[in-house]
Amino acid sequence: MWDESPVIKLALAFGALSLVSVGGAPAMMPEIHRLAVVVNGWHTNAEFARDMALAQAAPGPNFMMISLVGWRVAGFAGLLAATLAAIIPSSIIAFIVGRLFTRLSKLDWFTIVRSALPPIVLGLIVASGVVTAGAAVSGVLGFGIVILSAAIVALTSRNPLVAIGAGALIGLAAGRLGFL
Amino acid sequence: MKSERESSKSLDGRPITLGELFMGFAQMGLYGFGGVATIARHVIVEKRRWMSEHDYAAVLGIGQILPGGNIINMTIILGDRFQGLLGSIVALSGLMIMPTLILLALTTVYDAFSANPDVQAATVGAGAAAAGLIIGLGLKMGRNLKLRPLHLAFALATFTCMAILRLPFIGVVLVMTPLCIAATWWSRRHVG
Repeated sequence: MWDESPVIKLALAFGALSLVSVGGAPAMMPEIHRLAVVVNGWHTNAEFARDMALAQAAPGPNFMMISLVGWRVAGFAGLLAATLAAIIPSSIIAFIVGRLFTRLSKLDWFTIVRSALPPIVLGLIVASGVVTAGAAVSGVLGFGIVILSAAIVALTSRNPLVAIGAGALIGLAAGRLGFL
Repeated sequence: MKSERESSKSLDGRPITLGELFMGFAQMGLYGFGGVATIARHVIVEKRRWMSEHDYAAVLGIGQILPGGNIINMTIILGDRFQGLLGSIVALSGLMIMPTLILLALTTVYDAFSANPDVQAATVGAGAAAAGLIIGLGLKMGRNLKLRPLHLAFALATFTCMAILRLPFIGVVLVMTPLCIAATWWSRRHVG
């Protein structure tokens, strides 16, 4: 049954997502979570949170969370399928629009769309963090780390790796002290 | 086909070859922690001087209104602008290949130690921090945007649909985006 192969499922799911997403990977997280945890059962909530931390700890586009989901599901073939499916359809659109760029940027509706999108993206990204925290975090300590990390990123211009490192150290200390 | 392609030279007059594209985007990938947006501007505008601040903002703006990853879209458009289709492919490879290998190495090392209770405890903390990081990213963006009341209302409505009502992502995007565009258009005409 070709349509039940996980590689095909990955490609279809992320290919479709890539065509309707705005705000990039940070905004997509609840949908990636829904696909990976709720619909397909590829990850548990805890595994999803773990992979999100790994993807954030490595350098590169936030988009690589999708590559990692693919890797977990079906190894190298899964990684290629998920990554390429998420990149190619939207990239074809970007390529064509890029060629029409000078003409487009002079149009009135373009400036309207450009000013109308950021509020939607903003709502999606904050909701994305809240939804993933709600799904993957438990306990006062966990939510304390969420707030601390959000504050580090929102209020300072430190490398976000600092927030991940601080979270890991607090978790480690809490584990050693028997709080977890 | 190439009528709109700009000259393949940086502001300093250096040619932007395929090699230069690959190295530039590899640099953005490798130094981009918590996303590539900040480092991308630094490399493209300040360090390698491929284009002016103004031109970069315009290209990134297009990348942001198109579906898909913002940075991926920007990479495709810049690669094509300087070196055509092959430029897009080379730029994207530069951006993705090394970070993907690093991520796989990190994952493999992590998996080897994942049974250790210290590692498990640290993972719980790091996972919570990763979720907080996304919230912080959104809040920072909100602070920098200085939204008008109309747009603030749309940001709140989108947040409510996703985080509180838990409506499906695709539905929320396909309904809220056109509504916000229509409201923006209407307010420009009637408020000025």
